[in-house]
Amino acid sequence: MKLPALNTPLRDLSEVDRREFFKAGGAVATVALSSGVTLMAFGGEASANADPGKRWGMLIDVNKCTSDCNACVTACSKENGWSAEEGSETDAQWIRKVDLTHKQTGREVSLPMMCQHCEDAPCVDVCPTEASFKRPDGIVLVDKHACIGCRFCMMACPYKARSFIHEPLTDQKSNAPRGQGTVESCTLCVHRVDAGGQPACVDACGTTGNGAMLFGDLNDPESDISKALKKFNSIGLRDDLRLNPGVRYSNL
Amino acid sequence: MKRLFATFLLLIGLIGSMAQAGEDATSSLYPVIPKAAGAPHPEGNDFMRINHKNLLKHDRDLTMRLGDREVKYSLKECIACHAVNGPDAQPVSVKSEKHFCRVCHDYAAVKVDCFQCHNSKPDPDLVKQLTMLPVKDRELAEYLEGASQ
Ligand code: SF4
Ligand code: SF4
Repeated sequence: MKLPALNTPLRDLSEVDRREFFKAGGAVATVALSSGVTLMAFGGEASANADPGKRWGMLIDVNKCTSDCNACVTACSKENGWSAEEGSETDAQWIRKVDLTHKQTGREVSLPMMCQHCEDAPCVDVCPTEASFKRPDGIVLVDKHACIGCRFCMMACPYKARSFIHEPLTDQKSNAPRGQGTVESCTLCVHRVDAGGQPACVDACGTTGNGAMLFGDLNDPESDISKALKKFNSIGLRDDLRLNPGVRYSNL
Repeated sequence: MKRLFATFLLLIGLIGSMAQAGEDATSSLYPVIPKAAGAPHPEGNDFMRINHKNLLKHDRDLTMRLGDREVKYSLKECIACHAVNGPDAQPVSVKSEKHFCRVCHDYAAVKVDCFQCHNSKPDPDLVKQLTMLPVKDRELAEYLEGASQ
């Protein structure tokens, strides 16, 4: 699975007073980000955690997921500090449960839906300010410092994964800053992933849920998720759009 | 016309002497800056007063865009270390005039936008999380190494 190079120019990095960073001393690692922009990191081992060699993804076994279970949604809202009132059309929803019935066979399935962290993300394509971006490890995020709230990305996302914040907020989680006038969606719990953990929904699904979610590096053939993907049939939602989502579903 | 000119001169003289008085003693309007919990910045307070915004802006891009969690300056840690407690012994939010950021920003009449999205109160989990992060382990190891020498 090929990940295109990080194509977002980090405009601000070149303006910064680098003196501070030289003070740290130690080995110098230089990463060329795009023409004319260089990122410097100090201290021996690479200090940027988003590894371009990785691609984070998820596999959801729909057979294990049940419609009465909401563990993933509850865990996400607690972790990231959002809440959606039942039936509200405007409240933020980072993840939701969807129940489906096959029209012909009557088979009923239930599954969690969130940002699918597309490889060719339409939200990134349409964003006029480069606020929507993909990290080198495939996680798609919104830079709220740059988001102007135009909501193009909400229109472009085929999975209805993004929400706009209408009201002023207070008491946000320090790991998930969010504010009025910006768009947001599932961050794949990037703060947990960077600390070596896995998303809150996956944790909750494993402990209080039905153990239907698997998280890991799609590029590592030795990861549990890659082994499971190799063994079992799975699909990406709306595969016809060729977005190559990082979230895949089996037994759907 | 002469009278006007004289008044003008007088005014200039007055302002000049006021400015001089301000240089000798700190103006009574100068804010009382609350003390922080942690060790002082090695760069010095004057440096931080001028550059904190640039440092934060640089490091926010590193963290958000590239996932670098070991940056030197993070707003989260600023907030934790510079927390000011209210009468109820709980940290105050930026709604209070006593909030660390507001003390100077009110004085300088510069609006802070950070807290439209970021929490202005310290994260109660921060201490717990910081002990989980590898950077803290390293800092501790370095400290112990230094202490043994
Ligand atoms: S699911 Fe939607 S928000 Fe997420 S990366 Fe794809 S297009 Fe963007
Ligand atoms: S709402 Fe924000 S993130 Fe979405 S397209 Fe507009 S500027 Fe980009």
